[in-house]
Amino acid sequence: MSKIAIVGVGQTACTRSKIDTFEEMVFEAASRALADAGAEVGDIDNVVTVSNDFWDGRTISSMAVQEAAGSWGKDVSTVEGDGTFGALYGMMRILSGSFDTTLVVSHMKGSESIMNLITNAMFDPIYQRGLGIDATSAAALQARSYMTMSGATEEDFARVSVKNHGNAKSNPYAQLPMKITVGDVMASRKIAEPLKLLDCSPIGDGAAAMVLSNKKGLKRFKKDPVWIKGVAHCSDAFTLGYRDLAKSRALKEAAKKAYKMAGIKNPLKDLDVAEVYDAYSYMELMWYEGLGFAPEGKGYELIRENATGMKGELPVNPSGGVISSHPVFVAGMLRLIEATLQVRGEAGKRQVKGAKTALAHGINGPCGQAHCVYVVGA
Amino acid sequence: MGKRVAIVGFGQTYQRSSRKDVNGVELINEAVVTALADAELTIRDIDAIVIGNMDHFEGINYVDMWSAEGSGAVMKPVIKVCTGGTTGTTVAMCAYYHVASGMFDRVLAIGWEKNSESDTTGAIITAFHPVWERPTLGGAVAGLAIEASKYMHNYGATERDGARVAVRERLHALNNPYAHLHQEWMKGIPPEKLVDLIVGSEQNAMLAYPLRMSDMCPRTDGAAAVIFAAEGKAEKIAPVPAWVHATANRHNFVYAGDVDMDRNTTIAEASKAVFKKAGVKEPLKEIDVCELYLPYSYAGLKWIEDIGFCAYGEGPRLLWDGVTDMDGELPINPSGGVMSSNAIGATALIRVGEAALQVMGRAGARQVKGGDVNLAFATGFGGCYWGDIMLLGKKKPA
Amino acid sequence: MTDWKDKVENMVYTGRIKVPYLWNVGKTGSRFLVAIRDKKEIWGTRCPGCKRVYVPPVKSCGECFVPTEEWVKVSDKGVLESFTVVHYSHEMQPRKAPLAYGLIKLDGADGAILHLIDDTDFAKLKTGMKVKAVFAEQREGTIADIKHFTPA
Repeated sequence: MSKIAIVGVGQTACTRSKIDTFEEMVFEAASRALADAGAEVGDIDNVVTVSNDFWDGRTISSMAVQEAAGSWGKDVSTVEGDGTFGALYGMMRILSGSFDTTLVVSHMKGSESIMNLITNAMFDPIYQRGLGIDATSAAALQARSYMTMSGATEEDFARVSVKNHGNAKSNPYAQLPMKITVGDVMASRKIAEPLKLLDCSPIGDGAAAMVLSNKKGLKRFKKDPVWIKGVAHCSDAFTLGYRDLAKSRALKEAAKKAYKMAGIKNPLKDLDVAEVYDAYSYMELMWYEGLGFAPEGKGYELIRENATGMKGELPVNPSGGVISSHPVFVAGMLRLIEATLQVRGEAGKRQVKGAKTALAHGINGPCGQAHCVYVVGA
Repeated sequence: MGKRVAIVGFGQTYQRSSRKDVNGVELINEAVVTALADAELTIRDIDAIVIGNMDHFEGINYVDMWSAEGSGAVMKPVIKVCTGGTTGTTVAMCAYYHVASGMFDRVLAIGWEKNSESDTTGAIITAFHPVWERPTLGGAVAGLAIEASKYMHNYGATERDGARVAVRERLHALNNPYAHLHQEWMKGIPPEKLVDLIVGSEQNAMLAYPLRMSDMCPRTDGAAAVIFAAEGKAEKIAPVPAWVHATANRHNFVYAGDVDMDRNTTIAEASKAVFKKAGVKEPLKEIDVCELYLPYSYAGLKWIEDIGFCAYGEGPRLLWDGVTDMDGELPINPSGGVMSSNAIGATALIRVGEAALQVMGRAGARQVKGGDVNLAFATGFGGCYWGDIMLLGKKKPA
Repeated sequence: MTDWKDKVENMVYTGRIKVPYLWNVGKTGSRFLVAIRDKKEIWGTRCPGCKRVYVPPVKSCGECFVPTEEWVKVSDKGVLESFTVVHYSHEMQPRKAPLAYGLIKLDGADGAILHLIDDTDFAKLKTGMKVKAVFAEQREGTIADIKHFTPA
């Protein structure tokens, strides 16, 4: 499938705390995406914004960013979920024949609220919230389930952290570029066992935007298109205790569909680079398995063999990944933007040579309940 | 060009003031199961799900994830959209685009609300800008009161005109078993007499001039689900599918002070876009029935002017002439509308579902024109100036 | 041009959204909570399709999408499937850190229930170990009527 192209991408630097308001961040990201596309706001037919009311502390959080996203007088909608889901809706709106171009923009100011309380509110109010569970403690339960199933060790998780924080050193937008060792990760403060500080992503501030177009709309833009070859999303059940937390059947399903659309038969070989949602170090290993890079329970082999390092068979998260910058709801869109930059050959010092086909992945819900998988190519 | 899309099934719970017997997920499940039964489909036939809510209205974050077991989203694509009061139409539009894109054949749209579980006005205040607006402005009633008094000032409308809208909505609701408010005492009393009783009643408390209790919508618990299907599938599922002829939205709100309180510009512009797409030249003549998101009475005067059913200031005349009553030229809200049931997250989706029932000729005691409905017009509206329109029709669009 | 930006004092407006909520448990969940409160018994519902026993109970099965109306009493003992010891604090946590969470598969249930683990040396926790429910003295009809689980 090559019907929808990514023609412009823009992102703000990710930082721990920004002074800018939501509007200002969105304007910056949207302006950069438009500039990247060689376009103006008049070239955009409709807008999808991505935001979350709890995180923003505002009901209809998207209202604050209407002008900044250039949607005044245009058709506009709002996805509350990861940016990859927002981009998917933006794409559907074009495929429907109603529009030729969509601007999708996502913002997050993690610095303005308390992550533990916001993510506590994603759990069931009757049976779970009162226990104080949050995204990190739930992830820790998943990490241990995964270790039990696979035999992966805490050192394997640490290797992901070392690789991705190191890659972030080549990404000017990343929040935490760091040269660290497995020993550093292992010695870092315990957060929720088996997760330590350096296994966890830093919740921060950032915004990202992209311009999507069909073939007809392309003439408005100067940038060479990067095509969405395949995309699919899928959700698992909500209740943690009734999911197989160690395996991601929803990711497998989404990947299967996206690969089929894109004609990917052997992902490890057919893909040149992948950007996955490593909100916690262990997740990257689980997603290797869900995405079919490794057999079930064998994700750790790839990281031990450095197969997903910059010089490996399939570099994963050359951007530094989510573990190096985590503006929630933006982070998945950043994966898609990085995949686009890689395919364009515009990824600077983190460029994977000759990358033609790239994968981007976003997640939603506790412990990666839902997944959205993209395959993009020139 | 995308695929043509039709509504093939609709399910709603009875709209009630409080549903203590079920939690939110169970309420959602009730609507989904009803919609599936209506379309004679099973959850396995559904390719994707769209759901929405206003997080601070139910105290539920990530509703798409939390409700998966009840909504049917386990091992299915699901997405959450949210635009405040219009969440229901936003969900419907998102489901429409899912199908029109050609990516999914049968998509379930879900809206729900348990108003009984939260402080609605407290939640609405959180929709305003935290620094500039929340300390001094916010909530639903005051803003609408300003709009109503401006309308009265500009066009000479009276409290009796407002009450005439309320009377229509409550009389219509008597035909709808799903409606929340059933004011049985109104039965058999002529509308003019009812208006006199309402305006003259001392029990009818003034909330914010000119709005009294009778001018406002109730707070309701309820859920709704609508099934959209692609051409080729839709005809096989429903005997008379309700085809989506056009849909559009506008949203021009960032700061309350910027909003044009004289006219509802978002509803006006979205309507214009829909009429252009669908080739509607004379809305009053061509459209057979409306399900409008009218959260309070005066909207039923002013917004029908913005849609283009009559000239500015002529809304009251349409009401008093009976044009918008069940047997009028353009019946509005045969369901009883939002003023008779307002489970906010479900409300706008119910407008779409009710409009579809009218097209399908399956609206029972609230069916208009003996079932001969070619075009039905549904809107969603949020107090934060978010206007959504969906035009449904019996004929498959060209 | 940007001089003033470097000099301006950054103002912060502190808000705190306070919207009161209550959440109806529903008849199915209420029966579960009442049994714990009044009899210290844990009940689940069985899906007629996949035969899974859900604890806490569900009114319908998310996998099979059918109503689950058969009630099954399960044990207050079970197996610790996963656990974590949390070393940070926030105001929704009922106890001060360090505190431990577990996913406990009760004997007779098919999935795991999420709860606190306590009254034990956290360093000795192991997946697969047997644990049992400790009921609160004062029970009020919430999930906290099970105080926590502890090694059996």
